Formats: sequence, structure tokens, C-alpha cells
Amino acid sequence: MASVVPRPHYPDYSTAAPVNHHFSPYADNGGSIVAIAGDDYVVIGGDTRLSTGFQIYTRQQSKLFSLSKTTVLGCAGCWCDTLTLTRLLSARMQMYEQEHNKVMSTPAAAQMLSTVLYYKRFFPYYISNMLVGLDNDGKGCVYSYDPIGHCERSNYRAGGSAGALLQPLLDNQVGMKNMQNIKDESIPLERALAIIKDVFVSAAERDIYTGDGIHINIITKDGIKSDSFPLRKD
Amino acid sequence: MFNTVDAYSAPPLWKNGPSPCAFHNFPGTNCENNDFTQHSQAPVTTATSVIAFTFNTGVIIGGDLLASYGSLARYRNCPRVMKVNDNIIMGAGGDYADFQYVKDLVDQKIIEEDCLDDGFKLKPRSLYCWLTRIMYNRRSRFDPFWNNFVVGGIQEGLPFLGTVDKLGTAYEDNAICTGYGAHLALPLIRDALEKNPLMSEEEAKALLTKCMEVLFYRDARSYPKYQIGVITDDGVKIEGPLEVSQKWDLAHMIH
Repeated sequence: MASVVPRPHYPDYSTAAPVNHHFSPYADNGGSIVAIAGDDYVVIGGDTRLSTGFQIYTRQQSKLFSLSKTTVLGCAGCWCDTLTLTRLLSARMQMYEQEHNKVMSTPAAAQMLSTVLYYKRFFPYYISNMLVGLDNDGKGCVYSYDPIGHCERSNYRAGGSAGALLQPLLDNQVGMKNMQNIKDESIPLERALAIIKDVFVSAAERDIYTGDGIHINIITKDGIKSDSFPLRKD
Repeated sequence: MFNTVDAYSAPPLWKNGPSPCAFHNFPGTNCENNDFTQHSQAPVTTATSVIAFTFNTGVIIGGDLLASYGSLARYRNCPRVMKVNDNIIMGAGGDYADFQYVKDLVDQKIIEEDCLDDGFKLKPRSLYCWLTRIMYNRRSRFDPFWNNFVVGGIQEGLPFLGTVDKLGTAYEDNAICTGYGAHLALPLIRDALEKNPLMSEEEAKALLTKCMEVLFYRDARSYPKYQIGVITDDGVKIEGPLEVSQKWDLAHMIH
């Protein structure tokens, strides 16, 4: 929150000159996250470009954070908020584990994230969050959020800078929307992986904040497997 | 409420009393309007780019010695590449006063660690993480330290290089430049590192020298005198002031 600590006031040093630098506590560091859930798996992919405006900070920044052996959080948006939020969450995961002697389930972590985000309702974490994992029945689940904690469970979602670009593509390819004579059944893991790679290749073509590479986490009952894939670097 | 300038200053000497290094508001004389908070701040005396990258056995950081007051080249001997301890070197750009303030915090931290005398020394990733919190905390109070910090060192036998900006945005990479360096020097360094990933210390120094030269020719807030900091397994060296080798005999051909 904004400071309530009194500041010293030195009239001799104050000027009426206009201040050139306007300070904004937020930055848009870009990045996209895509997640697809199946009956016994969930995959999440995030690109590895960290940028601001036309400048690329680094080409190898993973935006996926594992909170437990069955829960992964993907974050895109303001990177300083992401660093803070993920540190806070991993501390809360540890406190829960030590207090209850069990690891927090994915639906519980999803609710916690919503609460943690809304706690900062009037100075939000400017992040597009996507929390994935296996629910209490072992089924894959994807929870997506707005910056102030609105939460929705779904089976597939695209978020971050290319979110609006990719969501209709997923609606078609994963949700089988706007097609005739199609059986609505959940897709196998290999197909989900191929779709994630394809949509990121498309996003890297049109969105300057997405590119360089992707990190993928595949979560099954056996744990989290990592994968990566190069994207165009321009 | 502590009568302190901020959370990092010493607490008051007694309850509601004056604090060391702070102006004391005597009771009853405080008629100034405290009903507002200042929501922005501007850098005043600023230092320009920091250039840093990793090489085969360590990390190298360079920065010139100028502190500008707007477009005035005001202070011409302001070192901003520093040794933190035997594991860490640090470079800073942006507001020079803020840098000196944070440097004092870091130095005090190192003294406190030395006093423990347990044989442990602060590691670069720990300092980097700690700086992240300091910077994020100040930006969240709308009173940022207007700096870019670059932390270099050796951790678990591998070169470490990370940076933190005034918002607390932090990342690690094998090449980091701030300010104009990000536009002019970073492409040169990324190119050189791609062609020669296992660069020697000599090659790294030559590349940094080249970058300082390029920056001096095109960055109007730069200065020919600079320092470099190198950290390897052999320890920390802060070298300088070095001088950019200037060559202006081509200048009359450029219109």
C-alpha cells in the first residue's frame, strides 16, 4: 500500500519546475501462457521472452512456477509482481504443509490464489495467472484469473499478451467449437502438446511480446515433466 | 509510529524522540501539511549505462565515472562498480544518491555478516534476491530507488549475473546492459557470446573495452573514464580509472 510514513519537507529545495519523470509502479513485461487439461493430465506452456516495450530483457526466463508436485502456476504481465506473488505463494504452500501435515491440493491452491490476489484489490498484482494441476479425483484442471482474483475453472485457456489471439484458436482446436459432426471428447496428451507448440508458433508470428522459446510442464499422477521448444527470436 | 524517514533508517533514540540522522519535529511547531503523500520522484544526479556479461570463468562489469546533473557533466569521478565481498561485485546506474544509500545498506549488511564470524559469506544470488525485495518494497510505497543494479559473482562454481531495476523487476542472463547500453552494447555482446560462448578473461576485457568505446562515441551522457570489475575464482579486481582510446581524425569527414 502507499506509504503513510511522514516524509521530511525541505522548502529550500522544492521547485515549481515540472517533473519530467512520471513514476508508474507497473510495467508490462509481456509473455503468454497456454494450458490444456485432459482426463488424467494437464499441460501448461509459457514463452521464455521477458521484455518491456521494444526491448528484450532476456530470452530465457521461465514463467512457470511449481507450487507442489501436482500444481504449477504460470504468470504473465508485470514481472516484479510475479516475483513477489510467487514467493508469497510458495511460503503459503510451505506453511500449509507444516500446519496440516499434507500438501495443499490444486483446488485449494486455486482458491488461495484468488484470495491472495483479492487481498490486493486496490493495488493489484498486475498479472495474468493460470494455475493448473490435478484435482482430488486425479483429473486435469485449469484455473484462470484476472488480476484482482476472479477465478474460473476450465479445461483449456490462453492468457497473457497473446491470450486474446490464442483463445479462439483453442476454442476451435480443443473445445471443438463451431464445427459440425464432431464428437466432443477430451483430447489425448500428445495432441495437447502438439496444439500448444503450434499455437505458440502462431503467437510468436503476430505478438512481439511472445517468442524466443517455450517451457512446457506436463503434469500426470507420476509428477511433473519438463519440455522446451524454440520459437522465433526476432 | 516511528519518527523515522523510512524503514531503513535507525529507529528514534527514545519513544517519539528524534532519530539519528533525521530532522526532529519539535512538538507544537509542526504546522506543515502532512496530509499528503508524494507520489513521484525524479532522478537528479544520474549515472548512465552499466555493461556486464559472463565469460568462461567469471563475470565482468563496466561503468563510467560520470554523474550527470541533467545534461551537465557535473561530477567526473563517481565510481559505481564496487566489490561487495570476495563472492560478489555490483554495478549501478541511475540516481547516484540512491546508489550511495543502497551501497551503505549493502556495506552494513556485509559488516554484520563479518561480525558473525561463522566463515559464511553472502552469495551473489542472495544479494540479488535481497535487492529485489528492497527495490520492490520502495516501488510499492511509490518512493522508488531510481537505480538499475547489476550483481555479478561466482556461485556453486558457476558465474552468476543478475539485475534489478527500480520496480523490482529482476532477471538473470549471461549478458546484461542498462540504459543506452541495452541498445548499443547488448547486441554486440550477445553476438560475441553466441560466436564464442567460452570467452577468456582477456577476450572479455577486450569486448568490454570495445563496448565502452562505442558507448562513449554515441551516448551523450557518457564519459571516457571508466572502471571495470572482474570476478573469477582468483578473486575480485576493480580496475581503473581506464580511458577510452579516442580517435577523432575521422570526424572532419562526417557531416
